[in-house]
Amino acid sequence: MIERTPILNLVSQAILCIAFVAILSPFYIVFAAASHDFVTVNKVPMPLLPGGHLWENLSEVWVKANFGQAMRNSLISAVAVTVGKISLASISAFSIVFFNYRARMLVFWLIFITLMLPLEVRIVPTYAVAANVLSPLKSMLSFLGLSITLPEWNLLNTYPGLVLPLIATATGTFLYRQFFMTIPNELAEAAKMDGAGPIRFFWQILMPLSKSNMAALAAIMFVYSWNQYLWPLLVVTDQQNYATATMQLQKLVPSGQAEPPVWNTAMAANLIVLLPPALVSILLQRFIVRGLISTEK
Amino acid sequence: MDKHATFSNTWLATALIIPQLLLVFVFFYWPTAEAVYWAFTLEQPFGGSNQWVGMQNFQTVFNDSKYWNSVIVSIIFALATTALSLIISLGLALLVDRRLPGHQLFSFAYFIPYAMAAPAAGLAFRFIFAPSAGFMAAINEWYPNLWNPATNGSHALLLIILCQSWQSIGYNFVFFLAALQSIPRTLTEAGAMDGASVLRRMADIQIPLVAPTLFFLIIINLTDSFVNSFGIVDITTHGGPARATDLMVYKIYFDGFKAQDYSLAAAESIVLMLLVIALTFFQFRFVERRVHYN
Repeated sequence: MIERTPILNLVSQAILCIAFVAILSPFYIVFAAASHDFVTVNKVPMPLLPGGHLWENLSEVWVKANFGQAMRNSLISAVAVTVGKISLASISAFSIVFFNYRARMLVFWLIFITLMLPLEVRIVPTYAVAANVLSPLKSMLSFLGLSITLPEWNLLNTYPGLVLPLIATATGTFLYRQFFMTIPNELAEAAKMDGAGPIRFFWQILMPLSKSNMAALAAIMFVYSWNQYLWPLLVVTDQQNYATATMQLQKLVPSGQAEPPVWNTAMAANLIVLLPPALVSILLQRFIVRGLISTEK
Repeated sequence: MDKHATFSNTWLATALIIPQLLLVFVFFYWPTAEAVYWAFTLEQPFGGSNQWVGMQNFQTVFNDSKYWNSVIVSIIFALATTALSLIISLGLALLVDRRLPGHQLFSFAYFIPYAMAAPAAGLAFRFIFAPSAGFMAAINEWYPNLWNPATNGSHALLLIILCQSWQSIGYNFVFFLAALQSIPRTLTEAGAMDGASVLRRMADIQIPLVAPTLFFLIIINLTDSFVNSFGIVDITTHGGPARATDLMVYKIYFDGFKAQDYSLAAAESIVLMLLVIALTFFQFRFVERRVHYN
């Protein structure tokens, strides 16, 4: 479109540039603060040019907050949530879309409703279930008049405890269902005519077709589960072995007024924690954006 | 829905759906039902099964001025973050959609806050806005104690509002931009032919056409501010000072896990659940039907 609006263009560019600086400045300030020593970081205002203590602060806080173990825990649970979610979501969406059975609408709604209530609002009873996974079964048995002593199966301080409740939602299932619905019927019928059973159709046709979907869901789930905070805080009491990276942040700022916070190492820790999800969303941004937008419809 | 359904192997279909149903049952339906059960019962002091108390827990909750304080703070927080974040991200999306030089870099950068965890964002904002270090402290050097989120309730609330709004800009921005880009170019071109200026086209063509996205995002942002704010509050203010930032989800956590009062926390959870369900329901029934211009 040919249109001359020099003043408006200038104003637009100015606003966009100011927003660019404002939106990215928290990241930069975290980085800059992490590179100063204790005296410099507490100057008001803090010097904006990075200092030379970045490596020193990073290695100090890496040891102090036990990040070796914490980052490993975060990585394990984020990868487990991602893989678990993708596998569960794809097979259950496959079942709902491509199979003909009476309860499938009911099943779809049973899963779909879980989108309504996020983990945070039902946190207290979910914690109770995680403390004893067999308690639903136990209560149902005793309701039926059977008293069988079941062993206590405790998920606190375990990887399944960190992972399973995060998988038990419908986000991925819904994304896959939307995608499967766009696949023409003829494709499934052609595959069937050529003698492919459902499993072969799933592996050799649906899975290759849904690659970009899978990338989107993987990136979204990785960022989502890495950034979890409330749930790990509850499920993990054994801080030494099972603490996740985000949980460590809370220990680096004193809650009272008694001692001044050590901002340079706290920001170094922040840098460590935010780097993996930031990298994922920088490298896979195209997929994440497409995935987020297609869940809306 | 009936378009597909090519295979009819019921056993396989069941086997494929069972893992998900099992997980959803154990970690979603059971806890939700248990929250309802706890909300209407009280734990016995000497063990044994819970005693039915009817609406007593809810009465305790609703007669508590601390709870109403938490509701009011949550509503202010929800409305302020939603308004602030949506206005900023809609404005930026409108400008980026003009495709001036550099628009790709801008749209890339504006999404990045999405990646930062709530506690990480909280920690960064706590430093930037700290009263004696960082940047806002400069104000205090000029006029002592003008800004102090550690002791002043409204400053603390403002701090978490800014933090949550900043964090949700990335998500809102990509939705607005996608909606704007899906408007046919011919429409805005026709507007231009008729002599409508850029700003006029934004106000009369583009913004009305992204109304469905706007309403969708209003609901999502309100819900999100009710449920996802825990990390920010826990890192920056711990609900204080003097309960000025005691959001509902933080109070549930505090009553349930610090004060160990499951029945009270369950009743509070039910209220929050109803609120979130009402918002979602409103979105499905009302917004999806009424706001549809194309």
